[in-house]
Amino acid sequence: MTIRLGGIIFGLVLVAILLLWSLAPGAYSLIAEPAPEKPDYYAFQEDLIEPASGFSFDGPLGKWDYAQLQRGYQVYKEVCSACHSLKYVAFRNLQQLGYSEAEVRAEAANWNVPGIDPQTGEATTRPGEPTDYFPSPYPNEVAARAANNNAIPPDLSLMTKARPDGVHYVYSLNLGYNEPDPADVKKSPNFETPPGLYFNEYFYNVNIAMPPQLYDDLLTYADGTPATKEQLSADVTAFLTWTAEPSLVQRKQTGWFVIGFLMFATALAFLSYKQIWAGIKPKQNNG
Amino acid sequence: MSFAWAKQYEPKSGFTKWIDEKLPLPRLVYDAVGAGYPVPRNLNYMWNFGVLAGFSLVLQIVTGVVLAMHYAASVDVAFGSIEHIMRNVNYGWMLKYAHANGASFFFIVIYLHIFRGLYYSSYKAPREMIWLLGVVIFLLMMATAFMGYVLPWGQMSFWGAKVITGLFGAIPFIGEPLQIWLVGGYAPNDSTLNRFFSLHFLFPFVIAGVVILHIWALHIPGSSNPTGVEVKQESDTVPFHPYYTAKDGFGLGVFLILFTLFVFFLPNALGHPDNWIEANPLSTPAHIVPEWYFLPFYAILRAFTGDLTIPFTGIVLIEAKLLGVIAMFGSILVWFFLPWLDKSPVRSGSYRPLFQKFFWFGLIPTMIMLTICGGAPAEQPWVILSQIFTAYYFLHFLVILPIISQIEVPKPLPFSITQAVLGDGDKDGMHSGGGQHPKPKRAVKDLPGDPDGSLQPAE
Repeated sequence: MTIRLGGIIFGLVLVAILLLWSLAPGAYSLIAEPAPEKPDYYAFQEDLIEPASGFSFDGPLGKWDYAQLQRGYQVYKEVCSACHSLKYVAFRNLQQLGYSEAEVRAEAANWNVPGIDPQTGEATTRPGEPTDYFPSPYPNEVAARAANNNAIPPDLSLMTKARPDGVHYVYSLNLGYNEPDPADVKKSPNFETPPGLYFNEYFYNVNIAMPPQLYDDLLTYADGTPATKEQLSADVTAFLTWTAEPSLVQRKQTGWFVIGFLMFATALAFLSYKQIWAGIKPKQNNG
Repeated sequence: MSFAWAKQYEPKSGFTKWIDEKLPLPRLVYDAVGAGYPVPRNLNYMWNFGVLAGFSLVLQIVTGVVLAMHYAASVDVAFGSIEHIMRNVNYGWMLKYAHANGASFFFIVIYLHIFRGLYYSSYKAPREMIWLLGVVIFLLMMATAFMGYVLPWGQMSFWGAKVITGLFGAIPFIGEPLQIWLVGGYAPNDSTLNRFFSLHFLFPFVIAGVVILHIWALHIPGSSNPTGVEVKQESDTVPFHPYYTAKDGFGLGVFLILFTLFVFFLPNALGHPDNWIEANPLSTPAHIVPEWYFLPFYAILRAFTGDLTIPFTGIVLIEAKLLGVIAMFGSILVWFFLPWLDKSPVRSGSYRPLFQKFFWFGLIPTMIMLTICGGAPAEQPWVILSQIFTAYYFLHFLVILPIISQIEVPKPLPFSITQAVLGDGDKDGMHSGGGQHPKPKRAVKDLPGDPDGSLQPAE
């Protein structure tokens, strides 16, 4: 009885404090005061776009399109890598894109990675080895900021996992450098794109430090695919999906085996459960 | 300890006899989860979740121990060591995703287990100790999961740790020094990461210890059942093995299918994308949210937005932050008092019409809404909603349950489990325990104050 009485008193006191000191003032200001004016900002576009044919790795049966991954690597190498690092990916990983060991060795040698001069011990650079990781374009954060109007180009290794719906986000962002919608501009008259920033409707505050990068025929693909900017964006997105999750396809394929086995095992478990309980009258009115 | 009709372990071969004399471990297992443990025959699928919780704990320990072989607890390399696991360790991605989703599924299972206990009043005498130990396990789980989430050292790891350790700063006088002592600094740092790793490794084994006590305490009165009527006779029970091992085997299969669906096809669905960004103490995420399983308690924490003041004087008695912390911890500590708050002699919610209404239309929607509010940004209408549902949460346990247990007229209970299962006029059952009872005696009426005459288990 004491516990129940104490419980009722404690409960009523706590709820009274909550209702009178927290809820009541909040409700009063909600009703009595005009809704706080939302700061004028141009709402970013939340509906992300995707390539017309989707991505080959989408869905439970998704597979890599190796030609696309190789094209995407070309885009990263010739465009993105000027500013963005890829620090969790090693050259040896490129073999997963369908390159041979010799090709990977040759490709790694095209990159300069930080090294030490064997004679003097001073910091220098040397050609990459397959075991090296992709080098950062800047020696440090200060250099990165200095070169980019005080913005740091983020590492791209995990980008498609580090944003909500990241695959479609990366694809959309690359193609989001459109003109502001006049209707939206009218709704937020204070909207402007400060100098040094660029309007991108998919960026969370619509003004991004990265200039538009992808244009039609920016580069020539080795396999002859027409290099429209949509194609470039789709290819580099596929490549960055691979860098973020190299095990993606293996994961889904393993999943089919595991779940297939479990379905079979569970069906057997169900049958043996039914058989074992068959001797016992099934429930008619349980609680 | 068991019912008088429990089967006895009889070692057959010379070797098992020898073992039984020296260390009767097979006997212990036989009596705990074998044919030697008689269990009510009418358990429904809600009784699967105890075994599934035990399985989840083992799964987390096994995947966690292997992950710990590859993980490095230092702020400089922790995030990179997770990437090392994801990319370079054989099937490391599977271990990592199994461990992260395993935590979520552990909580799904434990919440269903707790709600089973709440609906069927499994916390009532003679099972109070099982319930109390269960609440202890839940608190340990929360601590373990919180510290585990910090280890990958992503943005949410860091900022979640900062917010939650900051709660200790709300305690008057000792708050700030206590917080600095717990964190090992002013903000989460290398010391924090190292101690969290150490404790995250230790706590699951503490949980395993309390689980043993939990099961030990369970075996003294035996399992409860959906009617809430205690076991009276042998025909009320079946041996745990093979009946419930078979049923739990099927339940485990269904659980594993759902679990692997997430591990292999939706591994990041229950996580937050910000945790794939390395922790940066200089960049605060737009919304700091805990993992989904903490959201109801996070909503209760944030519901207190106003300081408790003496009106018109401006004297602050208790700060809003401290009120929130008290309420958040109180929301779980109140479970410790549940066996003494709800004094209805009827256990099962199915025979308690008033309780049932408040359970399905009060508590369950409240928990769902608190989860939604906890994940929403701290703006209207979410603040007012979380305040309303926090109020209901406390009223439900502290005011409504004690009162309805006084005024409610329960539905008539079946005389026994056997009768509930076999109904009337059935002679084909394994044991026809219902045959001797004439109709008027079928239901025990006017229950309040009248114990249900349960047979005490034999020594």
